Amino acid sequence: MKRSILKKWLVLEVVALAIIVVGSFSFTNTSEAPASDGYTIGDAATDFNLKNVDGKMVSLSHYKDAKGFIVIFTCNTCPYAVASEDRIIALDKEFKSKGFPVIAINPNNPEVQPDDTFEKMQQKANEKGFTFPYLYDDSSSIYAEYGAKKTPHVYLLQKEKGKNIVKYIGAIDDNVRNGAAVKDRFLANAVNELLQGKEVTVKETKAIGCSIKV
Amino acid sequence: MLLFSIILVAWSCKEKTEPAISEAIEKPIIEEPSSIPIYDFESLEDGYFNKEDGSTYVINFWATWCKPCVKELPAFEKLNENYKEQGIKVVLVSLDFPEKIKTGVVPFIEKHQLQSEVVLLDDPDANTWIPKVSEAWSGAIPATLIIKDGKKVFFEKSFTYEELETEIKAITN
Repeated sequence: MKRSILKKWLVLEVVALAIIVVGSFSFTNTSEAPASDGYTIGDAATDFNLKNVDGKMVSLSHYKDAKGFIVIFTCNTCPYAVASEDRIIALDKEFKSKGFPVIAINPNNPEVQPDDTFEKMQQKANEKGFTFPYLYDDSSSIYAEYGAKKTPHVYLLQKEKGKNIVKYIGAIDDNVRNGAAVKDRFLANAVNELLQGKEVTVKETKAIGCSIKV
Repeated sequence: MLLFSIILVAWSCKEKTEPAISEAIEKPIIEEPSSIPIYDFESLEDGYFNKEDGSTYVINFWATWCKPCVKELPAFEKLNENYKEQGIKVVLVSLDFPEKIKTGVVPFIEKHQLQSEVVLLDDPDANTWIPKVSEAWSGAIPATLIIKDGKKVFFEKSFTYEELETEIKAITN
């Protein structure tokens, strides 16, 4: 019994190893990257041109009237991402009209995470009725440049002199698992502070999430 | 049918009267096959992080749905098997949702015949406790903390057995 389990692990390991090798060195790089990688508060975030679930390409520069963006790295599969879906929809509803639309980006490689294909992203967006773009980070380069480590991982950007400045990094709120038990809406508070012309008080927060699968 | 309902009600009541989290350290839950101990962060810290008993604690944060976590579990199991006589204690801290204990975590433990200690951390306020594990932790899993007599090293990465062994030797020597 034990031996057959061991054997199973061995097979799994070989398969996983093969995937890692095929998936190039980026896996090792990102999983061992120091926490200082990516953006910090005050950095100018890069624009991108990524494919949305409706087939159209989306860039931040398309949003002429936006005051900023709620960029959320998320995916179809991670239970923490799934638990956040309704809250992400609500955030878009609350802040799009005020000038801060949600832009969701899936950074996972479907070869590593089979349920994160573009087709399944389309299904998810349809089923949940996403009101915001759900983009596929095809080259897995945008999440790395931002420094996202997990899903969900939020970057709040504000337009300043033509640049998108990072104002907040971290979690949506203080209770990823249970929206009903949230006490502190970190992200919403930050957006509201920006809307009032104030500085964001809580600039960075932490939450458990799924490591990005590349 | 009525009898069945009564049994069902009695059973669901029993579920709700499981020992409170804070009592878990002092009064460990008797290892029923249907459950694992549940801790909040403070009890986890008291029970495993702050012990200066000469043991080396290898604390791995994982979840049954986390693929890279599941992939590295055999390395931790092997470490537990090979080093338990030498005062190495492997603790697998599951971050599965508490409602998945019976349907997800326990069947997983049985299926893979996990020998290391498995506990569940049920503490929603992650923004408070993640930095207490390590300021360097983004919150992504897998993550591993190795502690010996107050000395801590933290890793946000996947481990092979050889890498684990290297870190163990580094902290115990």
